Amino acid sequence: MSEIKTIVVNRSAYADNDLEADYLRKYLKEKGTYVVNLMSSPGAGKTTTLTKLINILKSTFRIGVMEADIDSDVDAISIAKNTGVKSIQLHTSGMCHLDAGMTKSGLDGINIEDLDLVFLENVGNLVCPAEFDTGACLDIMILSIPEGDDKPLKYPLVFEKCDLVIINKIDTISYFNFDFKKCEETIKMRNPNATIIPISAKTGENVDKVAQYFIEKVNNWKEK
Amino acid sequence: MHELGIVVHVINQIEELAKKNKVNKVVELTLEVGEVSGVVKEYFVDAFEWAKKKTEYMKECHLDYITIQGITYCEDCQKTYPTVQYGKECPYCHSPHTYLVTGKDVMIKNIKVE
Repeated sequence: MSEIKTIVVNRSAYADNDLEADYLRKYLKEKGTYVVNLMSSPGAGKTTTLTKLINILKSTFRIGVMEADIDSDVDAISIAKNTGVKSIQLHTSGMCHLDAGMTKSGLDGINIEDLDLVFLENVGNLVCPAEFDTGACLDIMILSIPEGDDKPLKYPLVFEKCDLVIINKIDTISYFNFDFKKCEETIKMRNPNATIIPISAKTGENVDKVAQYFIEKVNNWKEK
Repeated sequence: MHELGIVVHVINQIEELAKKNKVNKVVELTLEVGEVSGVVKEYFVDAFEWAKKKTEYMKECHLDYITIQGITYCEDCQKTYPTVQYGKECPYCHSPHTYLVTGKDVMIKNIKVE
């Protein structure tokens, strides 16, 4: 019988991913490419919002999009067709989220040398993507009116993590019991520094405000 | 739902450690999982049992899964309370100025090796 010994580890399960994510952020800074991790539930309007937003921003920045899904490439095709920017589809092979390693592979695949701004459309899910640092420079999310104003209470982590919360489908608010003020208060309770912008990706309302937000963010980051 | 993702990261880190320490095999893993870490024990154990079969050092590894209670501290009345039961609002003074002290992490505590 061989001897059994104990090795004390005391390390977070996320430690290797966090290290990889920090390394990736340094790499992005060197390359001058700003990566935005976009999270939401399925159907909140990630692809439609990105399409509208990119069509405003593409005269200012050279943009790329990485679409992460468990399977299929419908989003990548739709974005490429409707905006003309470079897009690739990442398959997570059944995983419900992206981690820093998968993000790095995606960025190698899209070739960031000639890109200023890359949107990473994470898997549609408010739970798992929030747990893993992707290595992106900014985390943002979309909540849509039909989902309800109680989502910041039910999925606190994603709201804590995101600097920008876009509230989409604001044109439908009169049809739903969505208390905008209450929703804003619960988001601020979780994350006092969050910026909240109500938009309608369908009608285009306020999408220019979101575009302005990104122009300021990218320029501040480049100057730092 | 993301238990498999965490299992993969845990296993990768231990396999690397096992290789570095030139051990034959890892026979036990002690993992501390916070009550409010979002991990469901049953899913985690299933994913672990499935994934360990594909490893080099952990095929026979026993998982010692320890649940750590979620504890929240209230900045206004300086009391602590169980997070799962009461959530973000302090049950004593109803203040929202609270923060989580324990229960969020998933920690690899130690491994037993041969």
